Amino acid sequence: MSNFGLYEERIKDFNWSIAEKELEYRDGNVLNIGWYCSDRICLKGKAGKTALIYEGFGGIKKRYTFNDIRIAGNVIGNFLRNLGIKSEDRVCLFMDRIPELYLSFLGGLKIGAIVQPLFSAFGEESLFIRLENAQTRAIITQSKHLSKVRKIRDRLPHLEFIIIVDHVITKKLESREIAFSLHESAPVENLEIFPATAESPSVLHYTSGTTGQPKGVKHVHYSIIAQYLTTKWVLDLQEDDIYWCTADPGWVTGTSYGIIGPWSLGITQCVLDAGFSAQTWYKFIYDNKITVWYSAPTAIRSLMRAGDEIVREFNLSSLRHLASVGEPLNSEAVIWSIKMFGKPFHDTFWQTETGCIMITNFPGMKVKPGSMGKPFPGITGVVLDPKKYEPIIEPGKIGLIAFRPGWPSMMRNYWNNEEKYKEKFVNGWYLSGDRSSIDNEGYFWFVGRDDDVINTGGHLVSPFEVESALLEHPAVGESAVVAKPDVINMEVVKAFITLKPGFSPGPDLELEIMNFIRKKLSPLAMPQAVEFMDKLPKTRSGKILRRLLHAKEWGEEIGDISTLEND
Amino acid sequence: MEDIKELIRKYVISEYLDEGEEITYDSPLISSGYVDSFSMVSLLVFLENKFKIKIPPEKATPEAFDSVNKIVELVNKYINK
Repeated sequence: MSNFGLYEERIKDFNWSIAEKELEYRDGNVLNIGWYCSDRICLKGKAGKTALIYEGFGGIKKRYTFNDIRIAGNVIGNFLRNLGIKSEDRVCLFMDRIPELYLSFLGGLKIGAIVQPLFSAFGEESLFIRLENAQTRAIITQSKHLSKVRKIRDRLPHLEFIIIVDHVITKKLESREIAFSLHESAPVENLEIFPATAESPSVLHYTSGTTGQPKGVKHVHYSIIAQYLTTKWVLDLQEDDIYWCTADPGWVTGTSYGIIGPWSLGITQCVLDAGFSAQTWYKFIYDNKITVWYSAPTAIRSLMRAGDEIVREFNLSSLRHLASVGEPLNSEAVIWSIKMFGKPFHDTFWQTETGCIMITNFPGMKVKPGSMGKPFPGITGVVLDPKKYEPIIEPGKIGLIAFRPGWPSMMRNYWNNEEKYKEKFVNGWYLSGDRSSIDNEGYFWFVGRDDDVINTGGHLVSPFEVESALLEHPAVGESAVVAKPDVINMEVVKAFITLKPGFSPGPDLELEIMNFIRKKLSPLAMPQAVEFMDKLPKTRSGKILRRLLHAKEWGEEIGDISTLEND
Repeated sequence: MEDIKELIRKYVISEYLDEGEEITYDSPLISSGYVDSFSMVSLLVFLENKFKIKIPPEKATPEAFDSVNKIVELVNKYINK
């Protein structure tokens, strides 16, 4: 029997107080996610239970109990506090998926800092934009990423502390750099926990829009109420489960469901930081007897491509529940998972801004392959008419996915960007930026984005950010960036480029431009195709017509081109 | 053969590794995190440009790109076609 039970029963008289009661939280109490995910679990008698099973490059394995993560969080919190880090100071976590990343998340929250996890594959410019915007005071990183921080630190006056968790003593520390070794630090049994309340800020994740720079999505400690209950009901985590969330905590799934959800429930979770290959992943599931697996369509499609034979080399019968997030899960992937694992992947839909799962195929509920499922109890989800912004009643008609604000993990604002925040609300609805239809049984069916943001492998990439970076390449005159269809990643970045005089198009220049963006922004933002053009399509007022290029890539109708610039 | 191997090894070091990092011909590239699945595309473009070959997308798998030796094996299948 699943934790969730019957949908019809759960939506009757639903109230988030269900989670508050289970977490023994009362309105006005202290509510600190760092404490809830470690100290509270220990107080519940699970101090000796395994919290984290870690496997890194070269087969390095580590295990931590809930008491270990409690003490490690204390050690890191104490270290930060002794540096002078105060509540609401921004502390960036810029690490691969090593244990220190997860433990620093707890430590930062325990002292009331706002943790700002960033994807460690970001290049220096992506890192700079986000640290500058947040006026981040400290960054916790690894030696391997230090060169990126060093390149930008002089442009970041607010960045006082660069903390290196694996510093090699023979290498010289430079200005603002501090070595910190978790394992060589004395244990801190008791730490004064910052008395955060429901609305105290907790996590700052960055996400991309069509225009402007990335936006910092501010969450608060009360988000745990929604993350706890959605983990319990949607991911169906139960006491003896061994859970694996494949997401990186540089993105919201990796914190909401790769840290807060499972640990607030006292569940053992696994982390694999050893790159992707079908062999490695299946072996990891087999070795750890993983029971609940939360992954992404891109990964699932890559596993499908690796073939069926390799699945049969491993006994994966421990798996009992599968879920997926990041982009729509195609019906072929659902059908394949039923064939190979004996159970379907359950699609979940949500966003950095929502903080928790909003629409999903629930355990025990009929899965319609290719559909997003139904809204979580307590979530009012609709599709809106794109002109009137009123709910569409007619089944099958496409509209904008929108939610009535008010759930616990809803973002509280975009960091220092009230204007963009306000743009997300119309007629009292939060606009997700995605389009779908709803069928006559209430299931949502994803259609696509309502803007130019590129969803590549479940990560949002802003065309504006890539176009801006492209213009810094000496050969690039003008650029336009759009999504290109891709079998594995759903969409990838494609750049249309005109060259400055003196430069000639060719495969070597294409590769040079790809690598330029990969290093400057990130591998995700790297154009996987570059097309050189004599001129870009523009309106008479000189605005680049990105939609025309998008339509060309997707084989769609070009639409009204009356505003197109004439030769 | 040795030239191809060394050419690819040097390219991987210069483009994907941090300063001071080294790899051998057998060092894991994908499963060690030096090259991720997105970056693999630029490595594929490099191989296709350099050796004037076309590697079908279904053959450009993480497993086939997981070391310099494996990449050489893949390139050799297409180099004289």
